[in-house]
Amino acid sequence: MNASPPGWLATFTRALVPLVCSLVAGAVILALMGKNPFVFYGDIVFYGIAQNGWQKSLSLMAPLTLMALGLIVVFRGKLWNLGYDGQFLLGAALVAGVGPVISEAVPFWLALPLLCLLGAAVGAAWALVPAVLKARFGTNEIITTLMMSFIGIGIANLLVRGVFQDPGVIVPQTRVLPIESMLPYIPGTRIHVGLIVALAAAAVLYLALTKSSFGLRLDVYGENPRAAAHAGIHTGGVIVVVFLLSGALFGLAAGIDITGQWGYMRANWNPSYGAAILPFVFLARLNPLGALPLVAFYSVLATGGTVAAQESDLSVDFLMVIIALILVFMTLIELWGSRRQAGASYLPPALMKALRVGSRQEDAR
Amino acid sequence: MTWKPTACAGDSLGFMPENQPVLRLVGITKAFPGIVANDEVSLDVMSGSIHCLLGENGAGKSTLISILSGMQRPDRGTIELRGRAETISSPSAAIGMGIGVVYQHSTLVPALTILENLMLGNSGKLLQDRTGALRRFEELSSLLGIDLDPRMRASALGVGQQQQVEIAKALWKDSRILILDEPTSLLPPSLVDALLASILNLASRGISVILVTHKLDEALSVADAVTVLRRGRVALSLSADKLLEKGVVSAEERILGAMFGERESVEPETSAEPKASEPKASEPKASEPKSSEATRAGRQETTRRVEQTARIVLEVRDVETAPPGSGRMAHGDAPLAGISLTIRSGELLGISGIEGNGQKTLAEVIAGQRAISSGSILHNGSEISDSGVAMRQADGVRYVTDDRLGEGIAGDQSVAINLVLKKIGRPPMWRRGITRKAEIERGARVLVREHDIRTPSIDARAATLSGGNIQKLLLARELDGMPSVVVFNKPTYGLDHNTVLRVRREMSEFVAAGGAAILISSDLGELAQMSQRIHVMDAGRIVGTVDGAETAPDEIVARIGAIIAGVHAAGGHAAGFRATGDQS
Amino acid sequence: MSDLLTQAFLVAFLVGAIAAGVPLALAAIGETIGEQSGVLNLGIEGTMLLGGYVAFVSTLSTGSFAWGMLAGTLTGAITSVVFLLLTVWLGLNQVVIGLAVTLAGSGLTSVLYTLNYGESSPRLGTDAPLAIPLLSDIPVVGPALFSQPVYFYIALGLAVIVAWALAHTQWGLRLRAAGQKPSALDAAGGSVLRIRSSTVLLSGAFSGLGGSYLALISTGAFTPFMTQGLGYIAIVVTMLARGRIVWVVVASLAYGFFVALGTALQLTTFNIPTDVIKMLPFITVMLALVLFARRSYNPPALGEPYVRGVR
Repeated sequence: MNASPPGWLATFTRALVPLVCSLVAGAVILALMGKNPFVFYGDIVFYGIAQNGWQKSLSLMAPLTLMALGLIVVFRGKLWNLGYDGQFLLGAALVAGVGPVISEAVPFWLALPLLCLLGAAVGAAWALVPAVLKARFGTNEIITTLMMSFIGIGIANLLVRGVFQDPGVIVPQTRVLPIESMLPYIPGTRIHVGLIVALAAAAVLYLALTKSSFGLRLDVYGENPRAAAHAGIHTGGVIVVVFLLSGALFGLAAGIDITGQWGYMRANWNPSYGAAILPFVFLARLNPLGALPLVAFYSVLATGGTVAAQESDLSVDFLMVIIALILVFMTLIELWGSRRQAGASYLPPALMKALRVGSRQEDAR
Repeated sequence: MTWKPTACAGDSLGFMPENQPVLRLVGITKAFPGIVANDEVSLDVMSGSIHCLLGENGAGKSTLISILSGMQRPDRGTIELRGRAETISSPSAAIGMGIGVVYQHSTLVPALTILENLMLGNSGKLLQDRTGALRRFEELSSLLGIDLDPRMRASALGVGQQQQVEIAKALWKDSRILILDEPTSLLPPSLVDALLASILNLASRGISVILVTHKLDEALSVADAVTVLRRGRVALSLSADKLLEKGVVSAEERILGAMFGERESVEPETSAEPKASEPKASEPKASEPKSSEATRAGRQETTRRVEQTARIVLEVRDVETAPPGSGRMAHGDAPLAGISLTIRSGELLGISGIEGNGQKTLAEVIAGQRAISSGSILHNGSEISDSGVAMRQADGVRYVTDDRLGEGIAGDQSVAINLVLKKIGRPPMWRRGITRKAEIERGARVLVREHDIRTPSIDARAATLSGGNIQKLLLARELDGMPSVVVFNKPTYGLDHNTVLRVRREMSEFVAAGGAAILISSDLGELAQMSQRIHVMDAGRIVGTVDGAETAPDEIVARIGAIIAGVHAAGGHAAGFRATGDQS
Repeated sequence: MSDLLTQAFLVAFLVGAIAAGVPLALAAIGETIGEQSGVLNLGIEGTMLLGGYVAFVSTLSTGSFAWGMLAGTLTGAITSVVFLLLTVWLGLNQVVIGLAVTLAGSGLTSVLYTLNYGESSPRLGTDAPLAIPLLSDIPVVGPALFSQPVYFYIALGLAVIVAWALAHTQWGLRLRAAGQKPSALDAAGGSVLRIRSSTVLLSGAFSGLGGSYLALISTGAFTPFMTQGLGYIAIVVTMLARGRIVWVVVASLAYGFFVALGTALQLTTFNIPTDVIKMLPFITVMLALVLFARRSYNPPALGEPYVRGVR
């Protein structure tokens, strides 16, 4: 993945073209529904950046970045952790539920790290079952993480409606963390320090993935699990570590979002950060630093889009359509790109590889 | 003999004059980027004859077969069937034209029954026609001497039985041209004879056979005509009568000359390896050992008696493994059913047997890739069965895998990384988990030079190397730092001639320097030439041992064959070809 | 509690179980056809929503349930054409495209519904049931099973037809080969692409039909995200049934039974939260996977695009 990158320009183009294509396709859909796409997109930029928009966007970037990192870790190993919603929400429910208690019991400077760690621990714990099943028995993790996700969402809602429910209000939600007990703002802004945590995490993860034995083991496993086992890499260990790390990052995202942004959790709340940020992670070619501008882009899109949708009398769920379009165009561009690399022929890359290396038979499983 | 020609078999194809080719290829050319796999290949196949197609790896045999079977289309050239020019656009078109193919790799679906596998070929029908299929199966069974329950799952078939069903599948739609791509490569000698008899029988019934093989004796024993391909071109095409005019030895020499050409005389040390020579090495083994003087020299070097006082390096005691089917690492190989062996310093121990009888499992058990369920493994006297691959690697127990692309390398990583793949995290290349790129590159440059790995740079993706250079990379990695015992699993399989010589030389040098080696090979000639002792494996056990130092190579081959045949005659698991009624 | 076990209650209970189970069964039959031929479609959730929405709009504007069902089914098939082109023909990643279809389907239906019906939230009437003579007179079972809308019988009929086709047609045989070992099918002269195209189209049609049934028959209205993970439960049911249509139907009805049980228990003092009911199928699957993890639940070639010559 990191060996001989196709060049910055190509990488940049490959990231940009799907975005442009999906925005254009989105515009066509808007026009078909009788909405003015220019007004809609204009509103997104305006509300997402102008006035206080940029501060809101950057605050949203904190959990989104951590979600993106959680996805990058597993995808580097060609593993699918599609349980992001369950891992995030379960972490969020526990942090929101015990937050007020902890912040009353221990001093401020200790309470917040404790809560964030709690979120991370819960997220990691929820990723453990699929990880162990995959490591021990090779059980398809796409299915297990999805299943665990639905169970996690159910438990989170049960908790919010049950033990953690604030008896003082009718709506099922947790007690609200007092504003002075929440993550402080970066001085001079209205952006909580969670953003700094997220950016630091991106930098650390970048170094770990590219400059350490852990990153190399993960890359080798991701590329060829059998080669990894043959080379003495403890593949089960890689799977478990990677899932725990991914779950912990999702949980940390929840901890930071609750203690930094919301202060409480309401039943059935699901911001679906994971699904939203997923295509951008691929566009960044699983590079933690490369993901940052794309996460920023989506943060603006989401922040501005929410208001813009209201202004245009549209459902916010229109953003889901844009995300879906990005996924489709991304894979299409990817395909087109690999065909071009492969030369003028129509031969798919895998076949090219087989030819170049020389032996098909050795490829036999 | 109960077989009756089916009504449509002869009729629909019309009258066929004796000396008219059924199949005529003219100027077939097929190029892949960087490689011309077939270059103006022309070929005539006569009705009811057996035409043998010979050639080294990458000579273009497989490409030609895939063109005939409709898997690929030629860039240029014409194919004439019974005098009519045809385009074979897909496998189903080939089947429709009466061309049946037995591919080198099984095309049976393991989860389906024999009958269901055969019925897959029934096209243009809405319903499954079980009654009709059973009838056809009976016909083909008596023709081919098959004695199988059609409701049996394909996964339960032995190698020989699988081959029979594959042939039945190829003949299912009344094919008049049967193409067999290396059908004998996986068969034990006894089943090879039965298969050849079966092929002769089919030819005597008017079916034209194209037999792709690399074994000269097989080819000469059944062929009516022989075509040799070299580097995509026809190097020789003659009738068997002409070839054999001056006797078998002269025929073999002519064929070998055509197969290897001028490269025969090139010294392995100085020869450049032409990359274009192995576009897709789908055929095992580069050459017959007898084709080269250099290998004889190698034999003299290695085959010395090992002093019985030499230190025992590795000892395997009563090792058993759990049956396959569990875990992701499972493959089709048999589990070990109680294996014991010892290897001394300076010894090369050969392991022979039909593929799938536990050889690969044994290799993986020694390497630490597969857990054992009972028994023990001692390395220099201390128990290692609990330590993992990485620890054994560090201790000097190494494994050169046969699955070079599948598990040997991480193809998208650089050559340099692949050279340290088994040492990730170890100093001096890593310090406290931090990668030290300079150290990795320094080591890589040395190994690339020492082992003559032809790569544009140490940063090149490993997958871009040719098959031979990938094997050199693996040898460099496993032989680095003077290991004490190395398992070589089919180390020369699928390589070109010169790399084969190089690999054998490296093995010999390793043993001469006091290393202990285990050589697993399906090439009996290679085993005979290299080993001091040869264990023969069957169903996860050692069923016989041949002393390599005391016995002449030809006799070694015969004795290994006899051991394998003996096991199977005594009711071994892989029941195979039954001789048909009227073999000639 | 005993006074709850009246005839009327039992009938309502069974009707509820069927209303919840049939849409799932239809979607899972579709997914089974796809998965058996080697295609993993994570897009059924979105396909169901699209089908359900179009069915709802059609019935609302024409007043005909039949047109609604037909339109919903067609929408499902058309949606799957997109999936088909991108994954089977171009060989793009099935997971990614499946997720995209689900996102697009959920997002688009939500946007369109809010746009057009967000304020009125119209409901449909109920389709007149088709009472089967004699059988419908049996107490409890009669009114519950034999006095259902005609689409219930159609769904049952389709299940039987698919089960039969998988077992007895040449198509069924080739379909299994495509999922087990596509290269074998190719070598035998069959077309992997053609088989998979047919299965993906059918699978889409079934998902669309399932969504239509959910909206028109089970609910009588459309609401955004009304499937609530039903598409994923269908994937689960498919895995558990391992290609057997009988088991697909049994598992789906068992799910319907639990949903109905949850609703019924809410009327009693045992108030089981809906969250728990929603979690039950997923917990069942996780338990099954943990207990029988060693058994393979999927065809070997599932999710792999087929390229001739590459194995």
